Amino acid sequence: MPCIDSSGQMTEMARTMLAALSDGATLSELAQKTGLALYRVRSAVRELVEAGLVEAKDETHVLTEAGRAALARASGRS
Amino acid sequence: MDTTTQEMVAPGFPRLGQPAPAFEAPTTHGMLRLEDFKGSWLILFSHPADFTPVCTTEFVAFAELAPELKKRNVELCGLSIDSTYSHIAWVRNIEEKFGVKIPFPVIADLNKNVATLYGMIMPGESKTETSRCVFVIDPNGILRAMIYYPLTTGRNMQEILRLIDALQTTDKHGVATPANWKPGEKVIVPPPATTDAAEERMRAGFETKDWYFSKKSL
Repeated sequence: MPCIDSSGQMTEMARTMLAALSDGATLSELAQKTGLALYRVRSAVRELVEAGLVEAKDETHVLTEAGRAALARASGRS
Repeated sequence: MDTTTQEMVAPGFPRLGQPAPAFEAPTTHGMLRLEDFKGSWLILFSHPADFTPVCTTEFVAFAELAPELKKRNVELCGLSIDSTYSHIAWVRNIEEKFGVKIPFPVIADLNKNVATLYGMIMPGESKTETSRCVFVIDPNGILRAMIYYPLTTGRNMQEILRLIDALQTTDKHGVATPANWKPGEKVIVPPPATTDAAEERMRAGFETKDWYFSKKSL
């Protein structure tokens, strides 16, 4: 999967998406920020929501506690 | 492992003007649903098999067409009854041998769910491969056009681009397009529906051969 690999680890795409969502964003804003096509953003966000890292608030998507922690861990590594 | 939705799929043909059949399927860009493309036009196309010559020429041609399609808010999505691993190996091979990067996702339809939903398999030609089908789906998810080519004949990309231009022109201006129309050429004004309107049409200032046949420039 584009965001979570077969060993359950976050991919580069997941880190990119979480970073772009750190202040919340709509799907269109996210597509603009990441330069990805909207269909890829929708698919990736769905995967991150299913993983409990992102949640939808009206039209905006934001990081969950787990998402913020995952982003912090990923930032610490880089 | 490549799996799509586990629901049983009834074989059939999609219909123009109706919602395109929904799907969720593994692709080279991850798991995608038809609804992910909402807001964009989508060209969903199938090819018989990876690592075959005509399909390779088509993938190169679709990739070369992609920038023009992008300008028109059109996404591409390929499909065949092969695994994601096969697709990945093939698109990498195309990049290595032909110098062309494949920018669009390719559905791995191993269980034939999407192929069956869209009537992509022609048993008279092959029971195990999809024919060369093209489905044009609009930003609202409505199926607007279908093209079916046999296994032996590669598709004409300029015709696909012309079809997109014609559909978008129709939507924008409420007109139809004549045979062999290309952007910039005159379009067909829809025929009048009443005798009064037919009478008015003769004086409307269009290029009119008769009440039912009028053209205009955009």
